[in-house]
Amino acid sequence: MPAPLLVPALLGVAFLVLPLVGLLVRAPWSDLLPQLAEPQVGQALRLSLLSATLATAVSLVLGVPIAWVLARSTLPGRSVLRAIVTVPLVLPPVVGGVALFLVLGRQGIVGRFLYEQFDLTIPFTTTAVVIAETFVAMPFLVISVEGALRAADARFEDAAATLGADRWTTFRRVTLPLVAPGVAAGAVLCWARALGEFGATITFAGNFPGTTQTMPLAVYLALQSNPEAAIVLSLVLLGVSLATLLLLRDRWLGRSGSPVA
Amino acid sequence: MSLRAHVVVRRGALLVDVDLTVADGEVLAVLGPNGAGKSTVLRVLAGLLAPDGGRVALDVPGGEVVWDDDEVHVPPHQRPLGVVFQDHLLFPHLSVTDNVAFGLRTRGVRRAAARTTAGAWLDRVGLAGLGDRRPTQLSGGQAQRAALARALVGEPRLLLLDEPLSALDARTRLTVRAELRRHLAEFAGCTVLVSHDPVDAMALADRVVVVEDGVVVQEGTPAEVARMPRTDYVARLVGLSLLPGQGRGTTVVLDGGGVVAVGEPAEGPVFVAVRPETVALYPARPEGSPRNVWPVRLVGATPHGSTVRCDLGGEVPLTADVTATAFAELGLVPGSSVWASVKASEVAVYPR
Amino acid sequence: MRLRAPLTLAAAGLLALTACGGSTTDAASPADGTAAGGGLTGTLTVFAAASLTDVFTDLGDRLMADNPGLTVTFNFAGSSALATQVTQGAPADVFASANQTQMTVVTDAGLADGDPTVFAENVLAIAVPEGNPADVTGIADFGDADLTLAVCAPDVPCGAAAEQVFEAAGVTAQPDTLEEDVRAALTKVELGEVDAALVYASDVQSAAGRVEGIAFPEAEDAVNDYPIAQLSDAPNPEAARAFLDLVGSDAGQQALTDAGFRSPSN
Repeated sequence: MPAPLLVPALLGVAFLVLPLVGLLVRAPWSDLLPQLAEPQVGQALRLSLLSATLATAVSLVLGVPIAWVLARSTLPGRSVLRAIVTVPLVLPPVVGGVALFLVLGRQGIVGRFLYEQFDLTIPFTTTAVVIAETFVAMPFLVISVEGALRAADARFEDAAATLGADRWTTFRRVTLPLVAPGVAAGAVLCWARALGEFGATITFAGNFPGTTQTMPLAVYLALQSNPEAAIVLSLVLLGVSLATLLLLRDRWLGRSGSPVA
Repeated sequence: MSLRAHVVVRRGALLVDVDLTVADGEVLAVLGPNGAGKSTVLRVLAGLLAPDGGRVALDVPGGEVVWDDDEVHVPPHQRPLGVVFQDHLLFPHLSVTDNVAFGLRTRGVRRAAARTTAGAWLDRVGLAGLGDRRPTQLSGGQAQRAALARALVGEPRLLLLDEPLSALDARTRLTVRAELRRHLAEFAGCTVLVSHDPVDAMALADRVVVVEDGVVVQEGTPAEVARMPRTDYVARLVGLSLLPGQGRGTTVVLDGGGVVAVGEPAEGPVFVAVRPETVALYPARPEGSPRNVWPVRLVGATPHGSTVRCDLGGEVPLTADVTATAFAELGLVPGSSVWASVKASEVAVYPR
Repeated sequence: MRLRAPLTLAAAGLLALTACGGSTTDAASPADGTAAGGGLTGTLTVFAAASLTDVFTDLGDRLMADNPGLTVTFNFAGSSALATQVTQGAPADVFASANQTQMTVVTDAGLADGDPTVFAENVLAIAVPEGNPADVTGIADFGDADLTLAVCAPDVPCGAAAEQVFEAAGVTAQPDTLEEDVRAALTKVELGEVDAALVYASDVQSAAGRVEGIAFPEAEDAVNDYPIAQLSDAPNPEAARAFLDLVGSDAGQQALTDAGFRSPSN
């Protein structure tokens, strides 16, 4: 391997791994069990897993069609649409949270109507957590699925059409199975991003144990008063996400392989 | 005539403008070099590409169904057709049986019934017992047979074959071609075969249309096209030397210079076609009967089975097939000067 | 000022207090003299609690105006973050904390030069959106589950103070969100997304025009002291001394009062 590639690669790996090593080294291992037994930890973890999973589900339902429109349709202004869809990637999540307030908050454009007509408020609820996480995480899914769609051989869709499949049937029976590995990868990425979401969540959903306090929020607040507890919580988050990713890789991504060369 | 198509499509600099008619039970081959527009024609017939002009219509009992004209574009899934693609395009995520059953399922046939019919078709194309495999587990020939079964299972009115044999190795191509011929003979609808391989066209088609640069340059039975090519492309395909000239009774004055004696009298603009195996080569000018003797130079030579195909330059450019032995005895190397001779009775002449 | 009557009254009282306290600092203060001399040079680095952003920026400008050779730079952040930075060796001259706890972190590490002095106090106030749509009147409204209420998380100083206040008032709080800092709580009031939030009087003042403040007597049970100290490793001790003196001077105290703080009561 050429040194101009190898050396930066090793440096890069060290840069990514050392902070995690730091967490492991500084973790209060003897205190680990009592810390984990705190009811708030389980509560936050459950809420995190639930909301990240729901956010991923919503992202799949809305994001895969967006990706299809971007990759397959001949709609004018698709590049503008793509830019808009990816805005949450560069927007500071806290700003995203404020923006969600402006639309879905009690005083927001849509939220005001919901509040006045149905006495429905979204902020400070678990729904708000899912919305905030979806807002931030969905672009990862869209970009991943769009890439998979572009890489997939569109002639399979031609073949399906000549076999009597309309566009919806073609999408369901041919396109989607073909890009399944890409969709799965995008969903995992989306889920991981949702699991770690902090800024938009704490802004739009607030922070209340059991309702809106996800793990990252718990970590941040623990950091204010009890850094060791924060490290423990971080390790739990780290462990859960690593375990989930490994599991999905074996069970889901590995099996599909690459059907389209 | 069952399918009548006038296809007009602009593809960048190329304007495709092709007229086709195919009768029920007939196999029409669209023959042409790469980039001539033949795949474009096929995509229009399939409905995958809306033409810029023209009209595509299918005769049905009591009238016709228009697929494409100025107002109408019927999408592919509403056309009763089957397509066999060059690299089969079997869906990789479905078993072979489910691939074949696909066209039935989309048309509302229940799963069990569709699989039964698909299984019967797999038997017909010689893939019995392979239905549970994935397409990647099939050989190239097996995959192309499965693709044929998939295209035919819906009993289409129109079968489109897009270079169906070109992805196969030479041996497999031979057997699959023979099977394809049998299935096409049984097929009641119209068939359009797109190919750049004249052997496919000769072996499978009832009629051939030659397309070059987006237009039809020749049309006829395979035998007619093979015997009397009208363009260099077709002549090369069928292995003839094609020489345009002016008929003067039993001689033809070639446009490129030189004179050829022909067996049948001809007048006006004509083509002269010379088969390579009728050309004889001599180290010195032959004495005696042949009226057609020309000094030529060897430009190139390629082995061709037991013979060597020699490209010859000179006033009358020709191709000659000589035995490997004769080639060696003549001591030919590129640049060698030899004499070429052909009997007037072996030279074909036909109007341009 | 759009403060409601009780807080306005409290503020008026604070002014009087400031006047009294000012005389003690005045005598010991060579700040004006030093500043007038204009002899300070170099860079002064001040680490200060985020709630002091407006006041300290203003005071820093004054010091620079009097000392053309001096550059004052600020690092405004949460007190605990600042305390961590100072103990990790950040090169600062002055540390101003929003509570004693974080100042203790620095003094325990032996990094303060002399004893810290308390230069301001801050008390909690109720912030409500303009017009007070939910008709919040006092601390007891925080026990109303039907209202949408924001309180700081108990892990951060304003949340700890809130707990003391609720206890003193005998209120079982029913917050909808425990905010990670006081600004986040205030933002939600400004956006009209909560009916009320418990924040500091200085925060209400900083958002004057966008929120209304309601003072309440139980706030006296959780008065927050703001200590300031010169750091022992200060790269520019003269300028640090001058800044501390300016903060303690009449002018400094007036600026703090204008910003909603009050002068130390002892």
